Amino acid sequence: MPRQLEGSRAVAEAVALCRPEVICAYPISPQTHIVENLSQLVKSGELAPCEFVNVESEFAAMSASIGASATGARAYTATASQGLLYMAEALYNASGLGLPIVMTVANRAIGAPINIWNDHSDSMSQRDSGWIQLYAETNQEALDLHIQAFRLAEELSTPVMVCMDGFILTHAVERVEMPTQEQVDAFLPPFQPRQVLDPDEPITIGAMVGPEAFMEVKYLAHAKQMQALELIPEIATDFKRAFARDSGGLIRSYRTEDAETIVVALGSVLGTIKDTVDELREQGMKIGVVGIASFRPFPLDAVRAALGHAQRVLVLEKALAVGIGGIVSANVRMALTGLQLHGYTAIAGLGGRPITKTSLNALFTDAAADRLEPLTFLDLDWELVNRELKRMAGSRASGPHAENMLRDLGAVAAGPV
Amino acid sequence: MKAPAIRFYQTGSFAVGNRLLDPEQRSVQADEQRSNSITCGHRACQGCGEALGARYALDAAMRATNGQMIAANATGCLEVFSTPYPESSWRIPWIHSLFANAPSVSTGIAAALRVKGREDVRVVGQGGDGGTVDIGMACLSGMFERNDDVLYICYDNEAYMNTGVQRSGSTPPAARTATTQAVGPEPGNVFGQGKSAPLIAMAHEIPYVATATVAELRDLEAKVQSAMEIRGARYLHVFVPCPLGWGSASKDTIRIARLAKESGIFPVFEARDGEVTDVSKIRRQVPVEDYLRPQKRFAHLFAPEPKTEVIARIQAGAERNIRRFGLV
Repeated sequence: MPRQLEGSRAVAEAVALCRPEVICAYPISPQTHIVENLSQLVKSGELAPCEFVNVESEFAAMSASIGASATGARAYTATASQGLLYMAEALYNASGLGLPIVMTVANRAIGAPINIWNDHSDSMSQRDSGWIQLYAETNQEALDLHIQAFRLAEELSTPVMVCMDGFILTHAVERVEMPTQEQVDAFLPPFQPRQVLDPDEPITIGAMVGPEAFMEVKYLAHAKQMQALELIPEIATDFKRAFARDSGGLIRSYRTEDAETIVVALGSVLGTIKDTVDELREQGMKIGVVGIASFRPFPLDAVRAALGHAQRVLVLEKALAVGIGGIVSANVRMALTGLQLHGYTAIAGLGGRPITKTSLNALFTDAAADRLEPLTFLDLDWELVNRELKRMAGSRASGPHAENMLRDLGAVAAGPV
Repeated sequence: MKAPAIRFYQTGSFAVGNRLLDPEQRSVQADEQRSNSITCGHRACQGCGEALGARYALDAAMRATNGQMIAANATGCLEVFSTPYPESSWRIPWIHSLFANAPSVSTGIAAALRVKGREDVRVVGQGGDGGTVDIGMACLSGMFERNDDVLYICYDNEAYMNTGVQRSGSTPPAARTATTQAVGPEPGNVFGQGKSAPLIAMAHEIPYVATATVAELRDLEAKVQSAMEIRGARYLHVFVPCPLGWGSASKDTIRIARLAKESGIFPVFEARDGEVTDVSKIRRQVPVEDYLRPQKRFAHLFAPEPKTEVIARIQAGAERNIRRFGLV
C-alpha cells in the first residue's frame, strides 16, 4: 500500500529492511533525517540486531564502517557535502580494500561560501574514489536503489554511494511503495564477505603495496566497475521482477526515439526536464531526455547508443569543474567520440538555485536552434558578477567576494561601499 | 593485575632472570608457546623499540584473550615494516586502513563483533605517537568518549620516524628532529609544547589507562593483562626508544627506556576511571643527563659546551613528574 513519507524516512526504512548490522552516524544537513530515523528504528528494537554508532566525524563514520565491513558486518552510513569531503581519504581506502559499504549522499553544495542547499558538487568530487555512484530521480527510486545497492556492493565487494538530491528529495514528502521485509529478504541474501578478520583464520588486510602490484590492485577496482556495467541492469531486472517497478539501471531514455536534441542530466531535475520536454514536444520540437542513473561506472556504450542518433546533446549538470566547465559532459563526450554532433554544457542549480521550467524552456529552445555557447551558466546574474569583477579591477583590497555580492543584492545590511 | 613481585634481578641490571622462576611466574615472552603475534622476518631497524613493544603487548593480549583477538593498525613504521606486500609478519587477524583512523576502525570491528555475538573476540588498535597524539587524536577521543570496547596501544618514540624523524606532539623539549633542528640560539624542539596522551585519556574517565616501557616486560605484560580483563575503552602508552631517530645505539634501547623511567622523564603509572591508582616507583633515581647523553638528538646539549640551563629545565620537568605522580 502506498504511503506518504519524507524522502529521508523512506530511505531509512528501506535501509532498515536491508538489515544493516552496523550504522555509523554523524549529522550533516541535509542527510541528518536519515540517520535520525535509523537511530529511532534501532533504539526501538525494530531494526535488530544492529549497532548504531554515534561517531565524532564523517572521517570516523567511514573508518568505523571500514572496520565493521572487514569484520563481516553489513555496514551503512550517510553523509553530504563537507562531510563527504571530510571522509574522502577513507572513501578511497574502502574501495581500495574492496569493502562493500553502502552510503547515502544527500547531495549538497561545497563551500566556500558555505551553503546547505542542493547541487552535485559533493559526490562529483568523489567520482574517482572507486565507489559506484547511483543517482536517484525520485524518492521511490532512492529507496529502491538502496535495496539494489547492498546487493550490488556485496556481489562485487565494492562500495556503493546512492546519491539523492538534498532537500529536493530528502525533505520532500512523496507517495512511495515500501516493500515488505519478506520481499527484501528474498531479493537480498545475507552478506557473505570475501575477506573477514577472524581469529580462527587470521589474515592481513591493508598491506603496503609497491610498484610491483599497485597498478594491478587498482585495476581490480576498475574491473569490478566494468562488471557492474553488466550487473546493474541485471539487478534492476531482478528488482522489477520482485517488486514490479522500474528502478535503477544504467540510463533511462525519455522520448528520444526521433529526438534531434537530447538533454542529459542526473537526479531529481530530470522530472522538471521531462515536463519541459513534454511542453516543447507539444510545440513540435523533437527533443528527448536521457537520465544517467549510474555515473560510476559510466555507461559509455549505453550513452552512445542512446545519444548517437541525435543532432545535438545538451548536458545539464549541477556541478562545476572550475577551469573547464562540465564534469558529466566530459564523460558524455567521451561516449560520443568520433560522432559529429553539437555538444553543449549547461551548469545549473548550484547551491540550490532553482531550475525552473521557464529557464529550461528557453535553454532547450536555444540549444535546438544551436544558439548556445558551448558552456552556459543557467540564470547566472551577470550584473552581480560584473560588478564584483569591476570592484576587483578597481581596488587591490576589494574584500571578500561573497559579502560584497550579498551587499550588492541588499541581502545584508549595507556596510562601507 | 599486578606484576608478581620478583626479586631475582640479574647482576648489574633491573632485568628479571626468568630461568630462576617457576614456570607459572615466567613472562609471556619466556613461553615457548607464545603466539608470536608479530613474527620474525619483518623489516624494523636493529634495536627497534616499537617492534619489541608491539611483540610484548600483542603476545600478552593474545594470551589474555586465549587467541581471540583482532588488531587494527595506523599507518606508520609498525605498519610499513611489518607488511611489505606480499609478506606479512602478523599471525593475528590484522587490518591497516589509514594514518588517523585506527581507533575508529577498531570501533567498527568491535561493533561488528558485538552485533554478531562474538564478544569473546577482543579488539586492539595500535599506532605510533604521530598516529595517536597528533593526527589520530580526534578518532581516539571519540572512541574513548563512547567507551567502545577497544584497547588502544600507542608506541611512543616521540617523533614521526617513518617519514624521517620529524617533530610530533610527543617530541620532548630540546630534542633534535628533522623539523626542530639543532641550530640557532635555541636548538631542538621548544619548551612548553607537546601533550600527554595518557592524561588526555584519563580526562575521558575511561576504565583503564596505563603507561609502560619496553624495559619492563613484566609490568607491560601485566598491564595488557589488566586491560584485557576490563570491558570498554582502554589506553596503553608504551615508551619505545628509536635508535634511528634518537641517534642511540641499537644495543641501548632497553637501557634508555629504563633510564627514562628511572630519571622521572617518563612516569610509569596506572589509572582507573580517571584516577591514578598505581605508579611504578623509581628504584634508583638518576639525573636526566644519564638519559640524555646516550642520544644524539640531545648531543647539542653537551657539545661544544654544556647547556646546563637547558639540562636543568629538563631536570625540572622530571622532578615535576616525580612530584606529580609520587615516583619516589
